[in-house]
Amino acid sequence: MSDRAESVVFWIFAIPLMASAAGVVVARNPVNAAMSLVAAFFFLAGIYVLLAAHLIAFLQVLVYAGAIMVLFLFVIMLLTTGDDALKRARLKFAQVAGAFGAAGVVAVVLVAIYDLGPTEMPRVASDFGTLRAVGRLLYTQYLLPFEATSLLLLVAIVGAVVVAKQRI
Amino acid sequence: MVPVNYYLALAAFLFGIGLVGVVVKRNMLVVFMCIELMLNSANLTFLAFARRWGSLGGHAIAFFVIAVAAAEAAVGLAIVIAVFRTRGTLDVGDVTLLKS
Repeated sequence: MSDRAESVVFWIFAIPLMASAAGVVVARNPVNAAMSLVAAFFFLAGIYVLLAAHLIAFLQVLVYAGAIMVLFLFVIMLLTTGDDALKRARLKFAQVAGAFGAAGVVAVVLVAIYDLGPTEMPRVASDFGTLRAVGRLLYTQYLLPFEATSLLLLVAIVGAVVVAKQRI
Repeated sequence: MVPVNYYLALAAFLFGIGLVGVVVKRNMLVVFMCIELMLNSANLTFLAFARRWGSLGGHAIAFFVIAVAAAEAAVGLAIVIAVFRTRGTLDVGDVTLLKS
């Protein structure tokens, strides 16, 4: 892909990504926030493809936009609090100060990134980021974390059932 | 080629939005969504550096982050349901049992 085309594709995904991510915070209704987040995950998957991370882009759509957000929407549906939750609450001073603090953190990080100077991306092998390459790495070098992840998921399943169920 | 700085700046922007959401929003569920956004920005940083250095280690870490996020969402949403059942609210400001 030519440099110019890649840059155009980057901005095609990056600008809606930033807009939909901002929509998560701006939206007053949690359902709108969730739908905005789903859109953000799809655009982020596009950015991942641009970074030659095909497997992770696939998992992003499958796990995040598919599984996790469906879970969120189910919980929103279960916990409807009525219209009083949608009222505009007065911002406390601590919240405003926290938002400015977060903006300051981002500004510092952006300056640090700018100071790196433009760094060119090298060419990568054609199988970079494919299921075969990442899978081979997961089953050799990262075998122990991979197996620990399965244990973590088991603990999460049991924990979620124990916490959410009224009576075992 | 898009330089790696652009991806890093995008990730920093996403992280900042997530941080602002965690600080400002009152709804527990929206706070959770903002945490997911911050996890995703960390993933984007890992993948950008993996592409920069031509190493697949970042992809493996991103895989684990996605798995941990799934576990975290399941347990976290179960806690949200338990809190809503016992206290009848989703507002993070109203859950102050440890404060007294």
